Amino acid sequence: MTIETAATQGKKDFKTDGSALKGNYREYGLVLALILIMLFFQFTTNGVLFRPVNLTNLVLQNSYIIIMALGMLLVIVAGHIDLSVGSVSGFIGGLAAVMMVRWQIHYIPATILCLVMGGAIGAAQGYWVAYHKIPSFIVTLAGMLVFRGLALWLLGGQSVGPFPPQFQLLSSGFIPDFFAYPGFNITSMLVGIILVALMIYFSVRGRAKREKHGYEGEPFALFVAKNLIIAGIVLFLTYLLSSYKGLPNVLIVMSILIALFVFVTKRMTVGRRIYAMGGNEKAAKLSGIKTERLTFLTFVNMGVLAALAGLIFAARLNTATPKAGLGFELDVIAAVFIGGASAMGGVGQVMGAVIGAFIMGVMNNGMSIMGVNIDWQQVIKGLVLLAAVIFDVYNKNKA
Amino acid sequence: METILEMRNITKTFPGVKALNNVNLDVRKGEIHALVGENGAGKSTLMKVLSGVYPHGSYEGEIFYNGQEQHFRDIGDSEKQGIIIIHQELALVPLLSIAENIFLGNEPAKFGVIDWHVAENRTRELLAKVGLKEDPLTLITNLGVGKQQLVEIAKALSKEVELLILDEPTASLNEKDSDALLALLLEFKAHGISSILISHKLNEVGKVADRITVLRDGATIETLDKDEISEDRIVTSMVGRQLADRFPQREPNIGEVVFEVKDWVVHHHIHSDRTVINGINLNVRQGEVVGIAGLMGAGRTEFAMSVFGKAYGRKISGEVFIKGQKADVSTIGKAIDNGIAYVTEDRKTFGLNLIDHIKHNATIVNLGGVSHNGVLDDMAELKVANEYRRKTNIRSSSIYQKTGNLSGGNQQKVVLSKWLFANPDLLILDEPTRGIDVGAKYEIYTIINQLVSEGKSVLMISSEMPELLGVCDRIYVMNQGRLVGEMPASEASQEKIMRAIIRAEGKAS
Ligand SMILES: Nc1ncnc2c1ncn2[C@@H]1O[C@H](COP(=O)(O)OP(=O)(O)OP(=O)(O)O)[C@@H](O)[C@H]1O
Ligand SMILES: [Mg+2]
Repeated sequence: MTIETAATQGKKDFKTDGSALKGNYREYGLVLALILIMLFFQFTTNGVLFRPVNLTNLVLQNSYIIIMALGMLLVIVAGHIDLSVGSVSGFIGGLAAVMMVRWQIHYIPATILCLVMGGAIGAAQGYWVAYHKIPSFIVTLAGMLVFRGLALWLLGGQSVGPFPPQFQLLSSGFIPDFFAYPGFNITSMLVGIILVALMIYFSVRGRAKREKHGYEGEPFALFVAKNLIIAGIVLFLTYLLSSYKGLPNVLIVMSILIALFVFVTKRMTVGRRIYAMGGNEKAAKLSGIKTERLTFLTFVNMGVLAALAGLIFAARLNTATPKAGLGFELDVIAAVFIGGASAMGGVGQVMGAVIGAFIMGVMNNGMSIMGVNIDWQQVIKGLVLLAAVIFDVYNKNKA
Repeated sequence: METILEMRNITKTFPGVKALNNVNLDVRKGEIHALVGENGAGKSTLMKVLSGVYPHGSYEGEIFYNGQEQHFRDIGDSEKQGIIIIHQELALVPLLSIAENIFLGNEPAKFGVIDWHVAENRTRELLAKVGLKEDPLTLITNLGVGKQQLVEIAKALSKEVELLILDEPTASLNEKDSDALLALLLEFKAHGISSILISHKLNEVGKVADRITVLRDGATIETLDKDEISEDRIVTSMVGRQLADRFPQREPNIGEVVFEVKDWVVHHHIHSDRTVINGINLNVRQGEVVGIAGLMGAGRTEFAMSVFGKAYGRKISGEVFIKGQKADVSTIGKAIDNGIAYVTEDRKTFGLNLIDHIKHNATIVNLGGVSHNGVLDDMAELKVANEYRRKTNIRSSSIYQKTGNLSGGNQQKVVLSKWLFANPDLLILDEPTRGIDVGAKYEIYTIINQLVSEGKSVLMISSEMPELLGVCDRIYVMNQGRLVGEMPASEASQEKIMRAIIRAEGKAS
């Protein structure tokens, strides 16, 4: 009899999907914050921020931070941290320069070797964290010193460049235009439109599927508004980019990676297991999850992404310098925390980290245009990070 | 007798749940007042309102204490008035000593320098009061749960206590320790200290309580006086209907031996020269419910966890046979693949991801069952979560409620659900009904019966002998890492089990 009452009670309760929606509200809040910050700088920079050239630069400048933030999100959700990513990306950039410029290795095998090297570095650090339970803070602090030192040694304290032109395209290239319409990249615009169409298709299909099974999603108005706003923003930005040189190659790489990581974290069993492990490692282990291997793999993944970021950065500067990547780890980690991840592990979203990275990026860009001194930029960025985390903690305690 | 506490029309809502709805409670000076009710009825929440965990303003209603209306902003406020709460989950720091724990945040100090001499002496006095013979410098990790519970009480006594609140203090204690604790409450009562006792063990409530207030679905049902108290009466009031049997009937249909452990030896996980499990031979048949009886600390949990993929212990030797074949259970993954499931006794540390919701917890062991090629099927997962929420009767706002916010008993049901969904052949249950109300116990027994009727087998560890006697087909008795008795349930009795234990103790010493 009690079972029956629970069943009827259950039906009534489907509607109050409170916590599921609340998780989303945070993401909406973050998007809103980004939009407000962008509008603020658009205003204070007298419209420079949204100029197609500047927007393109914004993407190029932040791509490597965003790419590393994807890996860092997994590491932090798993309950760890990686302080070495800046040094590793600098080291890999140096390695790429030595291979391509000094040893004249073709850029494709060199790139692959660099990525493999990144994975190996991640594996070396992850091994100690995962299998010997050495705190990641310490292992990667050591890594940070070691790879900064190795980068210096590798480059002999000098800048090495320039890179082969094809390799530079990784950062400075744009997707080819098949229409050659002066002043506007039609291919890029089409890609944007197709993307938006796909996005709307999938979200409508997902909703229909839910409804078919008798589950209510978010309110219809909210659903429509959300999709329209996102579509509008994407189309608007694509339009701006297209009216300069089109979509940068890095943006494509970055978008594919973002989509991949969203999919892995939200829809795949591996992703679910990482969250479970970060939430309660002992319980995860007793549920049959191979926590050691999973931790190890998140570090390998981080290593590969740090390597990719190093390559992109080197390609962008067209030289490898011993100082490349200095302090990147701070921006990356800040992005992930602004994006709502918890330092305790188990909580955090890929889109959150990406938006967090953009918030940092737009602030850097906007303040530079405004001519704010670098010292004050640091202060303001630090305060924004603190405010974002305080906001999160406050909200959690209130709930 | 004068009233010391009066809570009037207390209403407390969480997002999506009305945990308390116009609850009234009054406690007289020097009485032991029991608070009973089903899992999720709101007992712990009411006590958190009282002690200021939920501050004034976060609930509706009034609290009168010693005749004055109180607006507690935090625990400190209520402690100043002599209201001390001991929470459902113990809150001691494992790597600190007894003395350090007792005076944590309250250290006897001059100019910020702790006077450990005073602390130790006072600890010694307090330990004597609660009847615990331990050195004040002993670390908490080295104490069993029963003794830890006494340390919590000693800690409460270190403050000026007038009203002591105990949230399920005996849930993880054996009978002897429970009795000692209850005797302590009676002694406090003689000194004029009032207590509120929350418990699912109705027999002990009947023993010590002067009055009982029953909560159901967040509302006060009634307050019973001592002469009205009988277990049946309480149950009826708690559940809202007559509960004829405590154990559902079952026609045993027992087959071949499907699970067998031979010469199982396990050493302590830190002190690897200490033997924890010493040559255990045990088997379970198809469709059989086998119980392991024993006192707290007999090594039952250690045995179960060591069999479950060496989740406990070192230098493990012995063999496991499944359906007559030697089986490899050297990792948890392999144990699960071999059809073994272990439902842990410690749901918070080992059972649940408390920051995630019911849905994600329910499927985590068997993600393969709700995914294709590593890609999760959201609809399948929703269906599974809702199905198990209904089957095990989990009380929550929805499957999206965080498991950390569920009541203790309902957390237990989520742990059970996740292992049921793994569809094991042998389900090892470790204290499956600890902290669970009578109605829900019945439901869990029903689930056990259903499992064995499907040809699965159950190995159940429990410290509640009536439960073992009521549910099992066969019972092993364990003591100090050895099996010291085996009997069909039809021939078993509490006395027989105790006699086996006592005989073994005699031999050992
Ligand atoms: N922080 C919270 N957020 C949301 N819901 C909560 C929270 N704390 C408790 N609840 C809900 O309030 C109700 C009452 O919970 P409470 O812990 O008081 O039950 P209880 O009577 O102590 O049960 P048990 O015997 O299982 O310990 C439950 O439905 C629970 O899910
Ligand atoms: Mg409770």
